[in-house]
Amino acid sequence: MRLALATIRRLGWRFLPFFLAVLALGFIWPVAAEYGDVVLNHSSDRAGVRPVIFPHWFHRIRFRCKVCHHELGFEMRAGANDVKMSDLAQGKFCGMCHNNEVAWGLENCGLCHSGKQGLAGGIYGGHRTLGPGRW
Amino acid sequence: MARISVGKLTATAILAGGLLLAGCDKPDDLKSFATKGPPSAEPTSAPASLPSPEPVIPWLLLTDDNLHDPENPALPLLQEPAEALAVLAPAQEGNFVDWVAALRSGEISPRTNVYPETKIRVIDLDILMTDTAAMPVVRFPHRPHTEWLDCKNCHDKIFVAKRGANPVNMFRILQGDYCGQCHGAVSFPLTQCQRCHSVPREQVLRMVPE
Repeated sequence: MRLALATIRRLGWRFLPFFLAVLALGFIWPVAAEYGDVVLNHSSDRAGVRPVIFPHWFHRIRFRCKVCHHELGFEMRAGANDVKMSDLAQGKFCGMCHNNEVAWGLENCGLCHSGKQGLAGGIYGGHRTLGPGRW
Repeated sequence: MARISVGKLTATAILAGGLLLAGCDKPDDLKSFATKGPPSAEPTSAPASLPSPEPVIPWLLLTDDNLHDPENPALPLLQEPAEALAVLAPAQEGNFVDWVAALRSGEISPRTNVYPETKIRVIDLDILMTDTAAMPVVRFPHRPHTEWLDCKNCHDKIFVAKRGANPVNMFRILQGDYCGQCHGAVSFPLTQCQRCHSVPREQVLRMVPE
């Protein structure tokens, strides 16, 4: 607070609107995504489809972490899994459940491929923690 | 005198800015999920003119999260986070859900396995990490962790299953190693210091013989 005051005093009051604008941006800039959302975009953009958004919150209501990260073999580091539709069709990765038996099948493209074009892959939506330097 | 007035002016300006922001903070399309339900009875002693505090809705709509494409025709089929999460045990941060409490209380009963032959391993063993400088000692409870995860998720890829073999520190955790592989990404965030740093040093000293 004291530092902010000192800076304002040194720069003069004409910069006050600028300071207030910075303050305002910090308050109203929306928190992107839900905590733990993962964007998968190894090949979606190149293939001309929307990137995949994986909502951790939705899945952990129904499955414990160990089902996907132990039984299915999903690595716990975002980006470490090269998930391809051809693999899913063979029952690997998401395809183990998304097969119209446990969950809806792979023909429902838009339910997974729901992100904005151009999103970088990785974990999004870190409420409070903006995220480790590396995931 | 001049100093005080400068301070007052700034405080007034910030207050005015804050009030302005409070107005901007609620977009019209933000559906109020948390306000649904029967209206609570007004306490008789409170004057009727006092407005009741607005409940805070921490979950964004999928269309507003800057991640989902609003043009996607399938978007309305997806469940809104608020719809699923508002009914679970509350927490201050992350998904605003205390997932461990939600599991314990039976609010959620996520499947433990898909293959019938998979062995479900749960272990009840607390580990104290005492090298925490001025902070309270860290108690790592295996039980809630193994209720969600399998031993192999951490051992020995992230943590070597041997006492003293893991040079864990907060810098590495904040970089996404050790605990930070999940905490700060999907499990409760690293700002909730006291959930890990939970045992006062004096208490540990009493437990350990001289």
